[in-house]
Amino acid sequence: MTKSPGIINSIKPRIREIRLSLYLLGRNRLTRLSLGVVILLVLTALVAPFIVPYPEHIEAETNPVDKLLPPSGKYFFGTDELGRDIFSRVIYGTRISLQTALIAVGLALLIGIPLGAIAGATGGMVDEVIMRITDIFLSFPPLLLAIAIAAFLGPSLENAMLAIAVSWWPWYTRLIRGQAVSIRERQFVKAAKAIGTPPARIIFGHIVPNCIAPVIVQASMDIGGVILTIASLSFLGLGAQPPTPEWGLMVSTSRNYFLNAWWYSIFPGLAIFVTVLVFNLLGDGLREILDPKTRKI
Amino acid sequence: MRSFIVKRVLLGILVLFGVILITFILTRVIPSNPAAQWVGQRATAEQIEAAKIELGLDKPLYVQLGRYLADLAKGDLGRSLRSHQPVSAELRAYLPATIELVLVSTIVAVIIGIPLGVASAKRKDHMVDHVSRFFSVGAVSLPTFWVGMFLQLIFYRWLELLPLGGQLSMSIKLTHEIPHITGFLMFDSLITGNFVVFKDALAHIILPGITVALYPIGLVARMTRSALLEILDEDYIRAARSYGLPERMVLWSYALKNSLGPTATVVALSIGYTLVNTFLVEAIFSWPGIGSYISSAVISLDYPAIMGVTIFSACAYVVLNLIADVIIALDPRVRV
Repeated sequence: MTKSPGIINSIKPRIREIRLSLYLLGRNRLTRLSLGVVILLVLTALVAPFIVPYPEHIEAETNPVDKLLPPSGKYFFGTDELGRDIFSRVIYGTRISLQTALIAVGLALLIGIPLGAIAGATGGMVDEVIMRITDIFLSFPPLLLAIAIAAFLGPSLENAMLAIAVSWWPWYTRLIRGQAVSIRERQFVKAAKAIGTPPARIIFGHIVPNCIAPVIVQASMDIGGVILTIASLSFLGLGAQPPTPEWGLMVSTSRNYFLNAWWYSIFPGLAIFVTVLVFNLLGDGLREILDPKTRKI
Repeated sequence: MRSFIVKRVLLGILVLFGVILITFILTRVIPSNPAAQWVGQRATAEQIEAAKIELGLDKPLYVQLGRYLADLAKGDLGRSLRSHQPVSAELRAYLPATIELVLVSTIVAVIIGIPLGVASAKRKDHMVDHVSRFFSVGAVSLPTFWVGMFLQLIFYRWLELLPLGGQLSMSIKLTHEIPHITGFLMFDSLITGNFVVFKDALAHIILPGITVALYPIGLVARMTRSALLEILDEDYIRAARSYGLPERMVLWSYALKNSLGPTATVVALSIGYTLVNTFLVEAIFSWPGIGSYISSAVISLDYPAIMGVTIFSACAYVVLNLIADVIIALDPRVRV
């Protein structure tokens, strides 16, 4: 009988919190704007193959008659050295970048969350070992480890995603461990332990669900950085391979032509910049809204 | 204080060992075929087998690790699969150019970043503040390699003001003697009084320097701003103001001095980041540094060369982190 009001009362602060966050989100113009652009980008990624003017130019088909033409009504962003429509390729690139970034972050979470939860929930020796390993991974300059791993795995978009995941997970491990350490001491975990719940179920059934929220928020903030890393790897020749219309790769191939065909490098690079910028602005805004210390009501 | 530094140094050594271990695992566990790379494309199976023995790849892993560590201790990073030259010698040849670029852009970042941070803290939530915050988020979001190309397009192709790339013009290289004392071109030409070379080198470093500096400028500005804002709230600042000291003195002398700790930390940390960023920038500006070295190594899958640069950069990063931590520890307010 007393159960349901109890639950409602315990959720009440959370609902209030969410409503407050939404209110603050609506008030912050820059964050709202970047959220809008992010949604637009996601939609573009979803329908890209159907809206581009020259779907056949996305992959290998060439059109040498129209090569390296400046932007015009026919080709909004001009054409590349094979006569392909850069606009179509940039639009389709949205899909590639968002998809690979999501997969890379997902993989990193898949490694980072269990390790962090186990470290935080178990403590002692296990904690020590896992956290020292994380320290070592974190002591590589960003990007460097990804470059090395991608180089050794062999250049391909899949390997680039893997390389990013392997160099990115320690951040999530660290974050979730901090949460898990405090949740470990809570009553409901002690109760579960007392009735003999196996440790694996305590960790993944009780602790992880209660500390996953900040990690998910952090992960969504990282999407921008990951997109930039993928583009950088592709630029170095360690990510997407031709004829994939990946932005970093397009900028890289444009190096031989851009001095006489500015549009070739400008538009794919602009796409990277705008995408990463809106994700970072959104992340920055979210951080400010969700952190009680910095939010201005 | 001393015990903290000792502890921190020991931890740093442990981390370095871990870094080496990870690079070792990378080179030996991922199925690549260094032996085949070593002998070239048209090698017979026997030649590959012989190369395996020559490179010690037939021994068990722990023996290989022992050899690897022993070689590293001697400063031996193996031989490049392309040139068959020792990687350490090649690194030494490429390093000065990179260090020069990193130093110049870090100095630029400090000179521009700190005043920008002070300005935006002084006029919090005003135009300057918004612009500088937007700039710092923007700088993090910019693909460095693209910025480099953009600058080339503007300053080389359109305005014809600055050179496209390289460290010196061909004509200068042919007509002037290039001083070689420390290996740092600008420094060498300056101390030998070779101003023509110096001027040319300066013109060549502007574009890559700005490109690399963008990120640390944003970082330094942001750090200075937040550190200053925190300090401006403190009692001693209120006291200084209530004495009627000029605001400029309060800001630039009293407050800024105490915010330099975090800024110095950020600068030390950002050098590590800058180092890796030069990898992308050097390739565009054909800058003869380790970045160009690693990008050409990446294309030909020259594993020892990639590993050499990785180990070097990771070690540099660990040491810089250590320095940053020691700077923090030197602050009497955090001393434990």
